[in-house]
Amino acid sequence: MIEVEGLEVVWGRGTRAHRAVAGVSFEVPAGGTFGLVGESGSGKSTVLKAIVGLAPISAGEIRLAGRPLGTRRGKDFRRTVQMVFQDPYGSLHPRHTVDRVLAEACAIHGLDRPEARILRILEEVGLGPAFRFRYPHELSGGQRQRVAIARALIVEPRLLLLDEPTSALDVSVQAEILNLLLDLEEAHGLSWIFVSHNLAVVAQMCTRIAIMNNGRIVEQATAEQLARDELAEPYSRQLLAASRGYDRAVAGTLVNYD
Amino acid sequence: MSGLRAWLEAPVPASRAHARAQAWWLAWCAFRANPIAMVGLGLVLLLLVTALFAPWLAGRSPIEQDLANRLAPPSAVHWLGTDELGRDIWARIVWGSRITLAIVGIVVVIVGPLGLLVGTVAGYLGGWVDTVLMRLTDVFLAFPRLILALALAAALGPGIENAILAIAVTAWPPYARLARAETLTIRNSDFIAAAIVQGASTPRILLGHVVPLCLSSVIVRLTLDMAGIILTAAGLGFLGLGAQPPAPEWGAMIASGRQYVLDQWWVAAMPGAAIFLVSLGFNLLGDGLRDVLDPKGGRG
Amino acid sequence: MAEPSARARTELSRLTGAALHPLVEVADLRVRFPTHRGPIEAVRGVSFTMGAERLGIVGESGSGKSTVGRALLGLVPPPGEVTAERLVVDGIDVPRAGPRTLRELRGGRASMVLQDPKFSLNPVMRVGVQIVEAVRRHRRIGRREARERAMAMLEAVRIREPARVFRAFPHELSGGMGQRVMIAMMLVAEPRLLIADEPTSALDVTVQMQVLAILDDLVAARGMGLVFISHDLELVASFCDRVLVMYDGRIVETCRARELAAARHPYTRGLLGCLPRLDTPARRLPTLRRDPAWTARR
Repeated sequence: MIEVEGLEVVWGRGTRAHRAVAGVSFEVPAGGTFGLVGESGSGKSTVLKAIVGLAPISAGEIRLAGRPLGTRRGKDFRRTVQMVFQDPYGSLHPRHTVDRVLAEACAIHGLDRPEARILRILEEVGLGPAFRFRYPHELSGGQRQRVAIARALIVEPRLLLLDEPTSALDVSVQAEILNLLLDLEEAHGLSWIFVSHNLAVVAQMCTRIAIMNNGRIVEQATAEQLARDELAEPYSRQLLAASRGYDRAVAGTLVNYD
Repeated sequence: MSGLRAWLEAPVPASRAHARAQAWWLAWCAFRANPIAMVGLGLVLLLLVTALFAPWLAGRSPIEQDLANRLAPPSAVHWLGTDELGRDIWARIVWGSRITLAIVGIVVVIVGPLGLLVGTVAGYLGGWVDTVLMRLTDVFLAFPRLILALALAAALGPGIENAILAIAVTAWPPYARLARAETLTIRNSDFIAAAIVQGASTPRILLGHVVPLCLSSVIVRLTLDMAGIILTAAGLGFLGLGAQPPAPEWGAMIASGRQYVLDQWWVAAMPGAAIFLVSLGFNLLGDGLRDVLDPKGGRG
Repeated sequence: MAEPSARARTELSRLTGAALHPLVEVADLRVRFPTHRGPIEAVRGVSFTMGAERLGIVGESGSGKSTVGRALLGLVPPPGEVTAERLVVDGIDVPRAGPRTLRELRGGRASMVLQDPKFSLNPVMRVGVQIVEAVRRHRRIGRREARERAMAMLEAVRIREPARVFRAFPHELSGGMGQRVMIAMMLVAEPRLLIADEPTSALDVTVQMQVLAILDDLVAARGMGLVFISHDLELVASFCDRVLVMYDGRIVETCRARELAAARHPYTRGLLGCLPRLDTPARRLPTLRRDPAWTARR
């Protein structure tokens, strides 16, 4: 579905240049679910932004269905690849109703029968027609994320990029949203790249996982390998150990991998 | 009435128009709770009503002279007295409200959209577009209003249209700056990123996403500036650069009444009071609007 | 504070689970916020006592846990109304205390560490100055001694170059270092109680571990009590001695941390169940079904 090869993203110029991504390569097959895990500053969100055109690509190549992406992303790309953002309170325009958000997506791509599509997608994300004309401030965090997911899915993409979609939500709401995503994946045969700092969430949602640190991929593994604690790299092992809750002994062994 | 109210307060809006009406109703309820803002609104509405119904409210012509009766004090016949040519001051003020309203209205219609356009484009696109547009804004900001009005009057002849032009040309830069500042804060938000990822074109993003968020501060600033615009127009009229005689423009009335201010104070004081009331009204309205449209944090 | 007896006191408190000399006594705490839509009750009758132990308060957003933490220091902002049958922190009756007593309480006898050091440290003052100010407000010592104590505190939170950090501004520090500075500032006046409101939620997992280890060591060494407020049930269960689970303004469960897996209240069980697990990834996560009975008026 998508192949990333040697991706480098550098923000700024000259002495203030900051290399956010320093040579990242991975691939996601059609229908595959891929996770990117890392701490803050690891570059995981920047990889998504680079794919979608929000970050400048300084080196490397991204191929979608075999064809390399140019500097601009066209309308076809926008229909094929969609994104769900982290902050439910920031990713919806405060003055637009849910209906406006979804209708705009249809209008941009000239989709037919927008009315029917809007109603159907609202049902699919578990909201229903009563939410159609609400404003974001009238919705809870979980409801806003459902709207964000609806916005991404209404154009019928093949690849979904999820940037920490549940990090800002309560644990119980997170479970509902993750289940919703899994249901939608099954129903529509979606592929996705799921970015998170939470290993447990990524293991739940993806079959293959890459652990990033300092702009590079440290290790790639399957979810089963993660579950069986079969990681090779010391950074990955450390991340896994630190993700199991507080342990004084573990805390004493942590090393800075900058 | 209860049916309408129930419709406006229904928990689930049934259509786009319904949702929008409900949002307006909530904003109105919040505005209504502020008594000072309501006073401001009342004064502005008074101006509108006066301008609209001028022929009936004035009762007589504003330019009809009655030299036998010049400089008469306020009485039952002439409610606010007469000026140096025997014209009824009340009638002149009432008819003058149309001129005031026209000045304010035309300036707003030019300045608001122009400032928004320049500011949002500069803020959103950044780079050399931003630099060029902002330097252009600086050029216009450097002009002092009255000097420019004098220059235009010298070039094009005195008159109310040129006064309006002079005011508009010098009034738009602060709005461009305001719109640009607002645009810079929202340019990096997730919802703008989401719109880009959806495939929205730049004009669509600017008009549909950026401008609505800049609109509240621009509207508030406009209402607060209107007082200043009225005073500037009055100043130009005072200098003889605005409306020409016998047009009953309030500033010109003060200018001509200036020489009689000690003995026949009403000739200058009445139009002065009218200017004061209208400026106050816009000021209070602007304050009230700011509280409703721009709450700190809270509703977006 | 002589170390052995402090440690002994802590151990004894941990073993008995109850305080010999309670550090905090709360009985029927209620906090109400009047809004134009009617009053919102953030806390509805919370009661607990604690000694020199680590008490975790867990809940989701809206459960009232942060409000409880603030009420302990009298920091509930107006128009919030705080009423309690009993609210005593380190012997001070908080609702009835005057402003001077409250100032003595806050920072001197009980302190609070918040989530984001960017918002809790003064951005225009150097970090060291803020710590010195904190200690001089509560202890009558000279400037030189205050500076020495501040430096000692920075070393105690394992900052490697204390002199450099002393002169730094808050924005020059990373998240983890900022939190450590926060902890230093809050502990420099040697309070007996520390309230930590989501102290590590904004930090990466490895940094989180390190900061918690520092808190662990400091609290144990000084025989302090710690109230750890968080939404992270697993973290609280592994870090604290006792856990209070809050839902909708009430405590629905109280238990020892290591007995959390055997929790009885359906909300706690539901919350535990819907966490994604590293070792046993489930196909679908069980979700929480909220029972209105949990919020029913008692």
